[in-house]
Amino acid sequence: MRPFTFERASSIEAAAKSAASNSQAKFIAGGTNLLDLMKLEIETPTHLIDVNGLGLDKIDATPDGGLRIGALVRNTDLAAHQAVRRDYGLLSRALVAGASGQLRNVATTAGNLLQRTRCPYFYDTNMPCNKRQLGSGCSAIDGFSRQHAIVGVSDSCIATHPSDMAIAMQALDATVETVKPDGSSRTIPIADFYRLPGDTPHIESALERGEFITGVLLPPPTGGKHIYRKVRDRASYAFALVSVGVVIHPDGTGRVAVGGVAHKPWRIGEADAKMQEGARAVVGTLLANARPTEQNRFKVDLVERTLGAVISEARG
Amino acid sequence: MTITVNGVSAALPDDLRVSLLDFVREHLLLPGTKKGCDQGACGACTILADGERILSCLALAVQYDGRSITTIEGLGTVDALHPLQQAFVEHDGFQCGYCTPGQICSAVAMVEEARRGVPSHVTSDLTSDRFDLDHDELRERMSGNLCRCGAYNGIAAAIHATYGDGNTVSDKPQVMPEAAE
Ligand SMILES: Cc1cc2nc3c(=O)[nH]c(=O)nc-3n(C[C@H](O)[C@H](O)[C@H](O)COP(=O)(O)OP(=O)(O)OC[C@H]3O[C@@H](n4cnc5c(N)ncnc54)[C@H](O)[C@@H]3O)c2cc1C
Ligand code: SF4
Ligand code: FES
Ligand code: FES
Repeated sequence: MRPFTFERASSIEAAAKSAASNSQAKFIAGGTNLLDLMKLEIETPTHLIDVNGLGLDKIDATPDGGLRIGALVRNTDLAAHQAVRRDYGLLSRALVAGASGQLRNVATTAGNLLQRTRCPYFYDTNMPCNKRQLGSGCSAIDGFSRQHAIVGVSDSCIATHPSDMAIAMQALDATVETVKPDGSSRTIPIADFYRLPGDTPHIESALERGEFITGVLLPPPTGGKHIYRKVRDRASYAFALVSVGVVIHPDGTGRVAVGGVAHKPWRIGEADAKMQEGARAVVGTLLANARPTEQNRFKVDLVERTLGAVISEARG
Repeated sequence: MTITVNGVSAALPDDLRVSLLDFVREHLLLPGTKKGCDQGACGACTILADGERILSCLALAVQYDGRSITTIEGLGTVDALHPLQQAFVEHDGFQCGYCTPGQICSAVAMVEEARRGVPSHVTSDLTSDRFDLDHDELRERMSGNLCRCGAYNGIAAAIHATYGDGNTVSDKPQVMPEAAE
């Protein structure tokens, strides 16, 4: 690990300003992703800004009937919160499907959103990887790509976003709330938060340098059945091959976001509109432009079958 | 900057890069906590921070300034085993023993999480806040602790023997500060 300096931020504004004044600075929340990557010198911040003491660990009702989740709320606490369990079951389900009890006790809402890909070549510093070193090439495209993306891919990168929580946030139309270094705040709909790899796979979100996430807003509850189904190589403590998060209403309408298939949580409005027609119709639209590799072509069928199973479960 | 480990206050390391795991093992010479993978994937390094289970390999010691840490040395001693340690002996909860300190720290806090109503991946009714630690719940909640020897049946039996369904017995993590030496 490279040496760094360490600071405990005293306010949100100070944290953002400090990050903006040093292009090599990083915020540290739980540290469960950042420290892993720092050990391997994939992340090499020269300064860490600890943002744990800013009082952003609360979940509050919003005036419109939704919820405001502080950026530093731990994954365990979010999954266990009464209102989340009752009204946003999909979010609880997605959270407890991820990582382990120990990790969820430390992992935060913002850190979870911003966790980086688990592409094994991204982790292997001896191999070319455009996300790690732009222009070096992508080892996955002609390599072992069973776990990789099938849709929204580019010739530069076929990595997936690994977060389970983000799939639920996408299906629930969450909004990310931020403060920029100049002190101004903005909100970014989750649909605009993540980027596709294109030819800049190292840029993963809409955040600007030094922009700090203060919280995530959920709109008022949608009702309906909430189901998160994660398919993985072992029963627990593994990242998704594919995952399907749905909200389904009694009339069969609903929404679906899919994980493990793209550089971001994958959801398309036209596909949601086909929910009453069944899994084949939905997935036909959702994955119409899929460009799988030989090794991950199976994910197309896997998404359809998983969604089919979830729709049957919802019908009860 | 100080941190409390098993009831004893200790100065934090000057080198900011020291993980909480290396700090307890190499600086405080408490080798009970084990380094399996050093990347969050095995649970061998599980310790308690203010009673909550965390992975000490993915934590900087300085992040835990002012906090109270309990390692396996703080749960029990050779002469006064923690009830769960005793149960691990009685139920063949280990073979090589490398994963054991992490298993025990994890289980002690896991039971508290279940009592607090934290749901798990296999919880059928999310809105209920009482979960029995049946076969599936116990195994899912302990899935962050791998055992290369495959002593899982013994581990599950030891936890079950000590805590039952997780609702009846009430023993908060038993921290014995004097055990640190
Ligand atoms: C073995 C293992 C298995 C895992 N399995 C899963 C899984 O199955 N599913 C899953 O979803 N996840 C999984 N995870 C990942 C885990 O969920 C993440 O590591 C965790 O959510 C990251 O949160 P954190 O608070 O620790 O982030 P940190 O490591 O502290 O930060 C991550 C990034 O976010 C930035 N950041 C943090 N807070 C802010 C903020 N407020 N504003 C702006 N930037 C910020 C940091 O600078 C950093 O770049 C696993 C991790 C491990 C180690
Ligand atoms: S898929 Fe993306 S992250 Fe993986 S090697 Fe290619 S460029 Fe790197
Ligand atoms: S050593 Fe920390 S999880 Fe393996
Ligand atoms: S007893 Fe050997 S690893 Fe668990």
